[in-house]
Amino acid sequence: MKILVCISCVPDTTSKINFKNNNTVFDEQGVQFVINPNDEFGLTRAIWFKEKIGATVDVLHVGEASADPTLRKALAIGADKAIRIDTPATDAFVVSDQISNYIQANPYDLIIAGRESIDYNGSMVPGMIAAKCDLAFVNTCVKLEINGSTASATREMDGGMEVLSVELPLIIGSQKGLVEETDLRIPNMRGIMQARQKPLAVVPATESSSKTAISSFEKPAPKAAVKLIPADDIDQLIDLLQNEAKVL
Amino acid sequence: MSILLFSESQQGKLKKGYAELCSYGFALAQQQNTTLTIVTINCENVDQLTHYGASKLINLTANVDYFEAHVYASALAEIAMVEQAKIIVISSSADAKYMGGVLAGKLKAGYVTNVVELPSASEPLTVKQAVFSNKAFANTVLEGKVNIIGLANNVHEETTQSTSTDVHQQDIHTDIKCTQSSVDQSQGKATIADADVVVSGGRGLKGPENWGLIEDLADVLGAATACSKPVSDMGWRPHSEHVGQTGKPVATNLYIAVGISGAIQHLAGVNASKVKVVINSDPEAPFFKAADYGIVGDAFEVLPKLIEKLKART
Repeated sequence: MKILVCISCVPDTTSKINFKNNNTVFDEQGVQFVINPNDEFGLTRAIWFKEKIGATVDVLHVGEASADPTLRKALAIGADKAIRIDTPATDAFVVSDQISNYIQANPYDLIIAGRESIDYNGSMVPGMIAAKCDLAFVNTCVKLEINGSTASATREMDGGMEVLSVELPLIIGSQKGLVEETDLRIPNMRGIMQARQKPLAVVPATESSSKTAISSFEKPAPKAAVKLIPADDIDQLIDLLQNEAKVL
Repeated sequence: MSILLFSESQQGKLKKGYAELCSYGFALAQQQNTTLTIVTINCENVDQLTHYGASKLINLTANVDYFEAHVYASALAEIAMVEQAKIIVISSSADAKYMGGVLAGKLKAGYVTNVVELPSASEPLTVKQAVFSNKAFANTVLEGKVNIIGLANNVHEETTQSTSTDVHQQDIHTDIKCTQSSVDQSQGKATIADADVVVSGGRGLKGPENWGLIEDLADVLGAATACSKPVSDMGWRPHSEHVGQTGKPVATNLYIAVGISGAIQHLAGVNASKVKVVINSDPEAPFFKAADYGIVGDAFEVLPKLIEKLKART
């Protein structure tokens, strides 16, 4: 089985979010970039398939050379090969075009992409790839079993779960649940040494143009201070929620 | 050149949130000087959609009785082309986000999710969207020939109109890619995605055996239950209840956090909620800085009193 995991590099979850150039560009200064957590859950499941039922695992990133250390980390925790499509990831449409064109030239049985990146929260790329490559798609996938050319994928819905039966090739939108937090791997020295020998191919981008453009950023207005209510005055809390906040 | 809006249903009934979505759709149509067309699939109570100013309502009957993203996206793409829609409005539900990317890919459309307001400009079409888990907003220009707006939850006022809506029926038959083999869905219970109130517990509750307090408070408020990341990681509660940056986002009217310190990743997931109440025994808990109302106190003393008083009220 050939698996491709699409990787986005995002500011780690503790990052302070600031903008520069008159609030038009995200300020990367002092920000640590990591594999998007939703992608990492998918990558970890892919490596599990590799070890348990046999598979090759490639990771793919659309973006510039600043992401190479993150791709090396993916190799260090068990991916076989990294591919970077060398073009700025201007919007989801461009990213999904690049990935789709790559997949059409280099077919895979299973494609995994995080259900959303934790920076721009778009939740768009896996579905766009599914449409462009005419692949079966299961989003918010929390469980995936593969048996020959058939997959059983559990999808988290609003307020429930459903089990879907699909034929490969398949693309899933991965998230927590696919593996547990404790299954995530930290690269060890052997993995890091091996990663240096593994291929990281930089391939040129194909023709594509974006459909959206961010013109500026803004931050939410500062919050008013909390109103503290004595622990023995529950009536006051209920009164405030009812008559001031009007939410009861 | 109309506005097309997809109103979701589940087991034949409109999903909660349709009134907000349709009200937004009508306001958008007025702003863009055009008409609103609402599309539903497998919906039995379409009459309720005729009060929002749409000039046309298309109720499709699909060849599947569950939500199948490929079938739904194909059907909407076809209708969008027939109707020559220039903007398509969908919600931020799990189903809408599942289908939205597929629809955008099929139509080669511009697509923006988590939109919080009506467009600030029409030429070029510019919308404000929540990004970085609600820690910031982006003003984004949509440059497609067709564009899709994914409306965030709980951001627009509901308004009804008295104009009439023509209802059309149509069948769709499209290839099914995903076959549903089983489904497990809570019936009649509030979910984190659509509840007006969410009651959430953290490590301060000391163990899963104490969750009865959270459930009782949720019951009396008609609320959904949620939890912090450590609580789901320790297996006290299912992952589906984890709210935060890597869990589910919450955009509810009232969010009550009990025994949750308020790590930055948790706050990112609940920022979009309108009113936040924090109950925590530690006065230094960072969550108090992000809260509207706070009680410094022991959850095991505060919650039973709160539940009792709320019960007495109803």
